[in-house]
Amino acid sequence: MNLIEKLEAVAEERKSLLPAGLEAFGIPIEAVYSPTEAKIGGRRVLFLGTNNYLGLTFAPECIAAAHKAIDEGGTGTTGSRMANGNYSGHRALEKELADFFQCRSAMVFTTGYQANLGTIAGLVGRGDTLMIDADCHASIYDGCRLTDADVIRFRHNDAGDLEKRLRRLGEKASTTLIIVEGIYSMQGDRAPLKDIVRIKNEYNSYLLVDEAHSLGVLGEKGRGLVEETGTLDQVDFVTGTFSKSLGSIGGYCVSNHPQLAELRYISRPYIFTASSSPSIIESTRAALKLLEKGTDLRQQLMENANRLYARLESLGYQLGPQPGPIIAATVNVPENALLLWQGLLDNGIYVNLVLPPAAPDDKALIRCSVSAAHTREQMDHVGDVFEELHKSIF
Amino acid sequence: MTHDNNDITGQLCQRLSHLTESKIEIEPDMNLIDTLALDSMKVLNLVMEIEDEFDISVPINALADVHTVRDLATLIHQLISSQE
Repeated sequence: MNLIEKLEAVAEERKSLLPAGLEAFGIPIEAVYSPTEAKIGGRRVLFLGTNNYLGLTFAPECIAAAHKAIDEGGTGTTGSRMANGNYSGHRALEKELADFFQCRSAMVFTTGYQANLGTIAGLVGRGDTLMIDADCHASIYDGCRLTDADVIRFRHNDAGDLEKRLRRLGEKASTTLIIVEGIYSMQGDRAPLKDIVRIKNEYNSYLLVDEAHSLGVLGEKGRGLVEETGTLDQVDFVTGTFSKSLGSIGGYCVSNHPQLAELRYISRPYIFTASSSPSIIESTRAALKLLEKGTDLRQQLMENANRLYARLESLGYQLGPQPGPIIAATVNVPENALLLWQGLLDNGIYVNLVLPPAAPDDKALIRCSVSAAHTREQMDHVGDVFEELHKSIF
Repeated sequence: MTHDNNDITGQLCQRLSHLTESKIEIEPDMNLIDTLALDSMKVLNLVMEIEDEFDISVPINALADVHTVRDLATLIHQLISSQE
C-alpha cells in the first residue's frame, strides 16, 4: 500500500464509522454568539460540548487585555522562547502561575498538548520508567513515545493495581514517573489522588498530575484536584491547559522542584515551536485572575453539573461515578449513540460524540461539558430533550 | 515456575480465543491486529492481563516489533528469562 492508498484506507474507515451526511467530527461552527451559543447548520444551537467550564471566552477583561496586547505587541512572536519569542508577558504569566499554585517553578508552553509532551520528554529518558493510568489522554501517550523510557500502564483509577506494578519494578520504581489526571476527559471521573500520593511516597517515585479538566473547577481557589485533596505539596509536577477554564490556548507545568527550569534547554516540544502570541498570553493572565477569585463561577458550574447529572441519571442514562464539568452517557450500541447525537443537534444542542475504539468496550459516549455560563433554564431544556430522545431511541 | 515458549504461545492462544470470541482456531502466526481484528486498546489491555498472569512488566514500547501471537510469546519469554 503506497502513501496515498493508506490515506484512502483511512477515508474508507472514517466513512464506515459514520452514516453519510452525519458530521459529528469537526462540525463546522459558522458563528459563536457567546460561551454557550453558536450557529451550526444555519441555526442557533446550545453549546454543550466545549470545555468552556467557567465561560470566560467572552469575559470583557480578557477581551480588553487581548486587544491591548495586539495593539502594543503585534499579532505574533514569530519565534521560539529560546530565540526571539521570550516576551515579558510570557515570563509574567509564569511568575503568576507559580504564585497561584504556590510553587517554585512554572513553564508556559504554546499548547496544552505540548505541555505534556515537553514535560514528559524533558524529564524522562532511557533507563527510566513511565507508569501511566490506562485512560490517560493522547498527549500523555504521545509524550511517552518521545522518550526512550519503558512505558507501563496501570488499570484506570486503581491505586492497588498501580502499587502492584510499582512493586514489580523493584529498584526501578525510584526512577519512575507516575502520571494521572485530575479529571479524566472521557467519563469525567477523578483520580484517587490521596491513595496515589501515598503509594508514590512509599515507592519513592515521582508523580505528575494533569489538571487539564480540573483547573478552575476543583479546589477553593480552583487549583484543581491537588488543592481539593490537599496534596499539592506532595505532587512533583502539575500540568494543564489554558484552553478550557481559562478560555484561550496554551499549557503549563508547575513544580516545587526548581530544577524544572532546566527543561527549557532540553525539552524539544518547548524549544522547537513558536511561543504564544501576546494576545493569548494577556487574555490568559486576565482569565487567571478571574479564575482565582471565581468561587461563584465554580459554584454555578457545579450547580449546573449537579442538575443535569441528576436529571440524566433519573432518566436511566449510564453516567460516570460523580457529577462534574464532564457528564458522559455511555450508550451500549454505537448506532443508538449516533441517533442520540443527531437528535440532540436537531433539537439545537451540540454535544461530543465518542465512538469505539476511543470509547471503551465497543460502546459509545455522548459527552456533555457543562459551563458556569449555562443557565438553569438551559440545563432543564437539555434534560427535556434527553428525556424525549430516551423514549424514542431506547 | 518456568515457562517455555510453546507453553506461553498455547496460553496466549487460549486467552485470545476468549478475547476475540472467535470460532476459528487461533494460530501462532496470526496477526493480532490484521487477522484477529484487535484494536490497539484491546492489545494494550491484553498486555496488562499478561503482566498479571506471568508477574512481569511488559513495557508497551516493547510491542513495536510484535505483530503475531508468536512474536508476543517470544517477548514474554524473553522478559521472564531476564528476571530469572
